[in-house]
Amino acid sequence: MKALWDNIWTRRLISSLAAMAILAVVTGPPGSNLTPLAGFTGSFAERVSFFGLFKGQRWMVFFVFALVMFAIWWTWVSYGEQIKGALSKTLAAPQAATRRRPVRWGIAIVLIVVAALLPHVVTDPFWQAAMVEQIGVFVLLALGLNVVVGFAGLLDLGFVAFYAVGAYATAWVTGALPLPFLFGGRLDTFWAIPFALALVMLAGILLGTPTLRLRGDYLAIVTLGFGEIVTIFLNNLNGITGGAAGSGKIPYFSLNVGVVKYHWGLGPVPYYYLTLGFVVLFLIVFSLLEHSRVGRAWTAIREDEVAAESVGINPLKYKVMAFAIGAASAGFAGVMTAGQSLYIFPATFTLQLSINILVLVIFGGMGSIMGVLIGAIVIQTASMYLIHTPPAGYQPADLYIYLGALLVVMMIFRPAGLVPSRRRRREIGLAESGEGHMNEVLTGDTP
Amino acid sequence: MSDLIFNVDHITLRFGGVVSLNDVTLHQNRGEILAVIGPNGAGKTSLFNSLTGVYQPQEGSITFTGKDAKPLSVIGKKPHRVSNAGVARTFQASRMFSALTTFENIKIGAESHRGIGVVGAMLRSPATRRDERDSDERTKALLDFVGLRAKANVISSSLSYGDRRRLEIARGLATGPQVLLLDEPAAGTNPSEKLELTTLIRKVRDEMGVSILLIEHDMKLVMSLAERLYVLNFGSVIAQGTPEEIRANDKVIEAYLGSTATETGDRS
Amino acid sequence: MANLLHYFASHLATLRLEFWSLLVGGFATGVMYAMVAIGYTMVYGVLRLINFAHSEVFMSGGFASYFMMRALIGTSTPSGTWSVVLVIIGVLTGGVAGAAIAMLLERIAYRPLRRRNAPKLAYLISAIGASYFLYNLAGKEFGRINESMPSPYINHTVFTIFGAPVQLYYIVIFVVGVIMLITLDRLVATTKLGRSVRAAAQDAETASLMGVNIDRTIVLTFVIGGALAGAAGFLWGLGFTGVGFYMGFTPALKAFTAAVLGGIGNLRGAAIGGLLLGVVESFSVAFVPASYIDVIAFGILVLVLLFRPTGILGERLGRSA
Repeated sequence: MKALWDNIWTRRLISSLAAMAILAVVTGPPGSNLTPLAGFTGSFAERVSFFGLFKGQRWMVFFVFALVMFAIWWTWVSYGEQIKGALSKTLAAPQAATRRRPVRWGIAIVLIVVAALLPHVVTDPFWQAAMVEQIGVFVLLALGLNVVVGFAGLLDLGFVAFYAVGAYATAWVTGALPLPFLFGGRLDTFWAIPFALALVMLAGILLGTPTLRLRGDYLAIVTLGFGEIVTIFLNNLNGITGGAAGSGKIPYFSLNVGVVKYHWGLGPVPYYYLTLGFVVLFLIVFSLLEHSRVGRAWTAIREDEVAAESVGINPLKYKVMAFAIGAASAGFAGVMTAGQSLYIFPATFTLQLSINILVLVIFGGMGSIMGVLIGAIVIQTASMYLIHTPPAGYQPADLYIYLGALLVVMMIFRPAGLVPSRRRRREIGLAESGEGHMNEVLTGDTP
Repeated sequence: MSDLIFNVDHITLRFGGVVSLNDVTLHQNRGEILAVIGPNGAGKTSLFNSLTGVYQPQEGSITFTGKDAKPLSVIGKKPHRVSNAGVARTFQASRMFSALTTFENIKIGAESHRGIGVVGAMLRSPATRRDERDSDERTKALLDFVGLRAKANVISSSLSYGDRRRLEIARGLATGPQVLLLDEPAAGTNPSEKLELTTLIRKVRDEMGVSILLIEHDMKLVMSLAERLYVLNFGSVIAQGTPEEIRANDKVIEAYLGSTATETGDRS
Repeated sequence: MANLLHYFASHLATLRLEFWSLLVGGFATGVMYAMVAIGYTMVYGVLRLINFAHSEVFMSGGFASYFMMRALIGTSTPSGTWSVVLVIIGVLTGGVAGAAIAMLLERIAYRPLRRRNAPKLAYLISAIGASYFLYNLAGKEFGRINESMPSPYINHTVFTIFGAPVQLYYIVIFVVGVIMLITLDRLVATTKLGRSVRAAAQDAETASLMGVNIDRTIVLTFVIGGALAGAAGFLWGLGFTGVGFYMGFTPALKAFTAAVLGGIGNLRGAAIGGLLLGVVESFSVAFVPASYIDVIAFGILVLVLLFRPTGILGERLGRSA
C-alpha cells in the first residue's frame, strides 16, 4: 500500500483526477447559498450529451478526461525530450526566418492587411462590437500594462485607475460631467485625446513618484489600494464624476480639423479602424522603446537595481516613466471606450478588470510585445465566445474563475508566457538556478 | 597643494549600535592606484559603499573632485548621482545584468549618462540613432580594451569569473569615470587570470588616466599594484603608506598579516 | 476657514459624545483585523512573501461556519449554554475550513514554485490568481449576494461603560479573539513547533541543516494563520455585513495594513496594529462620510510603507514577539 502511494505515478494519477474534478466543478452548474452543494453534485451527476457521441453523467466524461490527461502526462515524461527535440528541429528554420528583418516586415504587413479586412469577413454585429470594445481596447490596455509589468518589472494591480482617468477626462472635455466646461464649451471627442493623455500621464507621475520607491511586493498591494480608492472616489464624488450613476451623454467620436471632418456614428466598424490605428501605433512605439536605451535601462533595473544605480541609472525616474508611458496607453483605451459607449460608469473600472488585464500580459508573456498581443486577442476572443454562445450553466462572472486558474497554471508550468520574451525567459531561468539578483530587488532582501 | 580626487574626512558610519567605520580619514591623489586592505569585517566594503552613496555616514565628509569640475559632497547623494559625477565601481560578488549579453551590459554603462530622451527613443529620431551609434562605438572600443571582443554576444551569466571581472571593469569605464573603485577584483580568479587583471588595471590608469581605488585580499596583487595603501582594522585606519612602509609596519603585521596565516590564502 | 473650524468643532463634539462606543466598536473590529493580520505576518516571516490569497482563507471560514450555523440553528433562537456551544462550533468550523484552504493554497499555488526556486514575482502572481479563482468560485457555488448568518445568540446590550452600550456580539469577539491570540503567542514562544517556525523565519537554510523540517514548518504556518483567519471569518460573518463571496477583500487588505503597521513578521506587532487600525478607523467615522472610511485604511497603509516601512514595533522576523 505504502509502496503504491510512494510511486510517483500513483500521485500523478491522483493529480490528474483532482485536476479534472476541479475542471468539472468550474464548468458545472451554479449553486446558491440555500443549496450550497447543488453546484458540486450537479457538476458530477448531471446528464450530458458529448457531441452526440456519448450520453451519460458528467463524471464519466471527466473521468475519461483525467485518464487522457494521465496518458498525455506519461507520454510527455517518457518521450518529452524527443518530442521537444523534434519540434525544435522542425521549428528551427521558420524561427530563424522570423528573426530576419524583411520577413518580419512581411509578416507585419500581412497581419495588418488581415486585420484591416477582418470587419468585412466578420459581419456578425456582436463580433464587430466585441472586436472594438473587448478586443481592441483590451489589447491597448495589455500593451500598456506590459510596459509596467513586463519591461520595468513592476506589478501594478491598480492599472484600471488610468483607464478610468482617460475615460473620465474624455467625459469632462466633452461636457458630460457635472463640471464647468474645460475649454469654454463642448469639444469634439477627438480633442479629448491630448488632454486625456496629459492628464493620465500626470496621474501616473503623481501616483508613481511616492509609491515606486517601495519594493515590489509592497508596490503591488499599494497599487491595489489606490485602484480601490479611485473606484471609491468615482462612486462618491457626485458633483465631479456623476457618482455611481455614471457620466452624462458623451458625444460620438468626431474629428473636425479644418477640411478634415469625420463623424463616427453608431456602427462599430469605423471605431474598429480607429482602434486598429492606435494599436499599430503603440505596437511600433513600444517595440522601438524596448530596443532603445530606455528599454535596456528598464531591463537593468529589473535585473539588478543596485548595479543599475552604480552605472548611473536613476531607478525611480525610469520606473515613474514606465508608469506614465503604460498609463498613456490605458488613457487612450479610456478615450476609445468613452467615445464609443457614450456613457461611463464607475462599476466598469474594478479590480476584476485590473486582474483581467494582468492575465492577458502573463498569459501572452511578460515583456514580449508579440506575446501580449496574441495573448490579449486569444483570451478576449475566448471570453467573448463564452458570452456569445454560453455553455449550459455558464454565468458571465465565471470567466474570472478561469482567468484566476490560468494565472496559477501559467506560473507553475510556463512562467514566461505563451510567446516568451527571450530576455525574460533567461531571467526566470537564471533566478531559478540561483543566479542574478531579481529576488533581492523585489523583496529588499539585499544584505 | 596636492590634487585630491577623493578627500574622506573623519567619517563614522554606524548601523544601530554597531560602528562599521570609525573616524576614517583617507586621501587619494588624482591618477593614483590606491589600495585599502584589512581583515574580513574591517569595514572595507562599507567604505566603498560610503564612497558611492549607498551608505550615508553619520559624521564626517566625503568630497569627490572630478577633473575641471565642482567638488561633490558625496554624503547624502544617491548612487546614480555619484556615478554621474565620475565614480565607477565593481562589486565583490560580481553583479552583472546576467540575462543580457556582454555587449548590452557595457552599452548600458555607455549610455546611462545621457539624458533619457524617451520621446526620441519612441520615434527613433536622428539624434537617438546618432547616440546609439556613438554608444555602440564606445562599447566596441571598450570590448577591445578589456579583451572581451570575442565574447561580445555571449550571455553574461555564462562568462568565467575572470571575464566577469573584465566585463564589470568595462561597464564601469563605459560611464566615463574619473576614478574606478574595484571591490576584490581578483576574487575567484585563477593565477593566470590574476596576472592579466593586474595588467589590465594598470593599463586603465596608464592609458585612460582613470584613478584606481581597490580593496583586495590578495597581498601579492596589492603589493605589486598599489602605489599607496591604507590598512583598516575594526573600522579604523591603523596605518598608511607605500607598500614598503606597510610591510615594515608592526601594527599591520600584528593586526592583519599576523591574523591570516598565509599571504594569499584568505578567501572570503 | 471659519467653515472648516466649525466643521471640525461639530465633529469633535460628536467624537466626544460617542467616544466610548466608538472605542468599543473599534476594538472589536481591531481584534478581527489582528486575527487575520497574524496569517500575513507568519507567512511573511517564513517565506518572505505576501500571501495575497489570505483574503479567501478568511472568506472560506465565513462560508463554512455560515453553513454550519444554518444547519444547526435553522429558524430557532438559541440561548443559554446552547449559544456558547454554537459559538464554539462556529469558531472551530471557521478555523478548520480556513486551515484547510490555507493548506491547499500552499500545496497548489506555492509549493510547485518553491520546488523550482521561482522568482518572487511568480509567487505574487500565482497568489493573485488563486485568490481570484477562489472568490469567484465561491460566487458561483454559493451565490453572489451577501447573506446574514443565523445568530447563535440573541444580541443585546450586556453592560455599559461610561454610557456606551457593549453588545454581546462584541463580547463574543473579544473572548474568542483574545483567547486565540494569547494561545498563539504561547504556542510560538514556548513549544517545539513554535521554535521551528522561528528558526525557519530567521534562516531557513540553517534551520533545515539543524533538523527543522522546512516543508512541514511552512505548512504549519499556513495552517495556524489560516485557522485564525477562518475563525475571524466566522466572527465577521456574525456582524451586519454577513457572509458573501467578496467579503474577504476589504478586511484582508486592512489586516495587511495592520500587519505592516505593527511591523511585518512581528506577531505581537500584528495584533497591536490590528487593534490600532480598528480604533483609528472607528474614530474617523466622526470626521469623514461612511463611504470614504476605506480610504482611511489605505491611506494609512501608503503612509506607513512610505515613511516607516518597518512599522511601529519594527520587523522582527523569526522572533516570537
